[in-house]
Amino acid sequence: MSSAFLQDALIYLACAVVFVPIAKKLGMGSVLGYLLGGIIIGPFFLGFIGAEGKDIMHFAEFGVVMMLFLIGLELEPATFWRMRKLILGMGFMQLGATTLLCFAALFWVGFTWQAALACGLAFSMSSTAIVMQTLREKGLTKTESGRSSFAVLIFQDISVIPILALLPLLAASTTQAPSGGHATLMTGLPGWAQTLTLLIAANAVVLIGRFVFVPFLRFIARIRLRELFTAAALLIVIGTAYLMMLVGLSPALGAFLAGLVLATSEFRHELESDIEPFKGILLGLFFIAVGASINFKLIIGNPVQIMALVCGVIAIKSLVLYATGKLSRLSFDQNMIFTLGLGQVGEFAFVLFAFIAQLQILSAPWTDMMMGATAISMTITPLLLLINERLILPRFGTKEALGEKEADVIEGEHPVIIAGFGHFGSTVGRFLRANGISATILDNDSDRVEILRKMGFTVFYGDATRLDILKSAGADRAKILIAAIDSPEINFGLVERIKKEFPDLRLMVRAKSRLDAYDLLDMGIEDIYRESLDTSVRLGVDVLMKLGFRKYSATRAGQNFIKYDEAALRTLAAHRHDQEAYLFNTREQIALQEQLLANDREVFPNVHDDAWDKRAED
Amino acid sequence: MNKVLILFAHPRFEKSKTNRALLAGVDKIEGVTLNDLYEQYPDFNIDVEREKNLLLAHEVIIWHHPLYMYSAPAVLKQWMDLVLEYGWAHGSEGNALKDKMVFNVLTAGGARESYAINQHNRFTLREFLVPFEQTATLCKMIYLPPFAVHGTHLLSDQQLAEQARLYRNLLGRLVAGGLPLGSICMYDYLNDWLPAGEG
Repeated sequence: MSSAFLQDALIYLACAVVFVPIAKKLGMGSVLGYLLGGIIIGPFFLGFIGAEGKDIMHFAEFGVVMMLFLIGLELEPATFWRMRKLILGMGFMQLGATTLLCFAALFWVGFTWQAALACGLAFSMSSTAIVMQTLREKGLTKTESGRSSFAVLIFQDISVIPILALLPLLAASTTQAPSGGHATLMTGLPGWAQTLTLLIAANAVVLIGRFVFVPFLRFIARIRLRELFTAAALLIVIGTAYLMMLVGLSPALGAFLAGLVLATSEFRHELESDIEPFKGILLGLFFIAVGASINFKLIIGNPVQIMALVCGVIAIKSLVLYATGKLSRLSFDQNMIFTLGLGQVGEFAFVLFAFIAQLQILSAPWTDMMMGATAISMTITPLLLLINERLILPRFGTKEALGEKEADVIEGEHPVIIAGFGHFGSTVGRFLRANGISATILDNDSDRVEILRKMGFTVFYGDATRLDILKSAGADRAKILIAAIDSPEINFGLVERIKKEFPDLRLMVRAKSRLDAYDLLDMGIEDIYRESLDTSVRLGVDVLMKLGFRKYSATRAGQNFIKYDEAALRTLAAHRHDQEAYLFNTREQIALQEQLLANDREVFPNVHDDAWDKRAED
Repeated sequence: MNKVLILFAHPRFEKSKTNRALLAGVDKIEGVTLNDLYEQYPDFNIDVEREKNLLLAHEVIIWHHPLYMYSAPAVLKQWMDLVLEYGWAHGSEGNALKDKMVFNVLTAGGARESYAINQHNRFTLREFLVPFEQTATLCKMIYLPPFAVHGTHLLSDQQLAEQARLYRNLLGRLVAGGLPLGSICMYDYLNDWLPAGEG
């Protein structure tokens, strides 16, 4: 291992560790942190990384490859089918209209029609990496804007395959000299043959996935070595990527296809949890590399052209996106998030531009300009979203608070704050309201906020983990805060923030599972409500009744079981850390169940319930 | 020195002016433990072990409740059925509560005079309390006369304050101990014994 490698690793990791927490503290999200970190350590500011930044970029693109593998994995055919209208409708409209407008604009300023069309196609791509990461961090994946963004991104990601297949047909000369880069199998083939190769390769991945990967994984899983499974997972991703590279295609697409094929296999969750950490780190590296690759010399050299390009592209994309959102009847807030979120040019544009340059459709200096514009637009997106969240939406969209109403909130009038008003929080809220307790609600789905406000609820709109929103919602005066956000990560973030900033506020926390409950216990939370416990036990009680148990005995058994399970949760939580690392995440769940069942047999009191009946033993 | 355990049962305590007055601050008296059964067991799922340990730690037990249909509210009956187990509280080996004192403290809407033969309620209060008395006897406990507040709807604030003062006085004397059990048991109500013993 060379010292240069260690030095590079040191710089990149330190950059991530320093800048991401700062960005998070400032409420900017991790993507912007990585990007800014990259710019600052890049050749134009501190110069810690120089020309080799490009190589790192190639390496870091592997983060994108893994991300697409994971997206493919998550996208079960059933989900895909359910969203088909959204994906095809919105996706086609966005891609088609953006390409057309960009084509027209570039043709108008004097590009050849081939170059204009190729650039238009590249510009129609948005950044799946940035958008998905941002949406997940903000907990917006389940809102209308989140679903729409996902649909459009999926359509774009899939479209890259036919676009890559089409580009050779646009090439001015069919026999182009390779520009000294790595030679691929496709180099030198005529356009139609390249198109054919591509389609064959895509089909090959699907077939190999089904008939080679799955049996291979079954074999590896039987050996029961965790690191071997991780190695196998990485091997599949890297192998597919390499194969695609060999035929001169985007490795990311190969990985996406492989993921799609494996989504229906039994290894889906294990693959997901194995690849996830690699993806996270490499994607961060990718963002840093994008930041570092921004060529400020080029910008200073042609400031007007670059800025016109960036603004023009973002303007055209946003216009099309807004119209698309409007047509699918997104409300103003959701549409603004959707529009600005997808307004940048994405990482696939790098791939496409590189390919376009290779085919000599576009000259090298212009390719540099286009790539520069792409990187700048990616950096601007998180900033635009931030401006949208802090300045535009509060003024023109759903207000964070109802201005006049806020003044009316008399001290102690709303003793309860509910963070997250999904199926869990809303039931709590309705029950409290039915008993004359009005709660202040925090939610980040603007559509829901609109409806709730119409119904007369006091609702604050925004990210519940933000200090200013918590303050304006009265967290310093309220007695109880109910943390009922659907995403456990965000809910935990909220819990941590409250414990630190408002130590007097009583926390009552929703836990999605037993494991989440353990984590909350570790954090020192007392009032933990597992969302499935009571309902499952109630169902069990009903089963006993249907089997002929007397209703009161069954009810008592249920009461005792809940009491016992709550106690067991607390005793077993302490022993949890004694266990060795488990083979798989899912194995941990199973081991947990085993432990519980053993415990049930030893101490569960119900079997000995002889209340009212002591004498019958005689 | 005795320790006194009040087993209090009232399903709508928040609406009972009389009981709020009687109980105000009693748990602050040294030696007195207040066990609010409806608050402790809203689902009627009584923790028998906890209740047994409480009983063992006290010498004087009070069943404090409103008189509903000539008896106690349901949770107190649930408590008696579950906690006073055969083999523990009664039966040849059930001696856990032997020689502890127990009695009822109750509030009733009807006047004291209405609890008599030929009157509205036809029986005396002591007759209605026979199940409690016999339960105490079964458990080898010493059953004392009840402390009762009658005509709760008609009580003036002043009268109520006087009853609350008497109750506190009673608790204080129970804690202090050394009670003349023989003469106390001659009275119908502890309310009658108290002013006599006060002087």
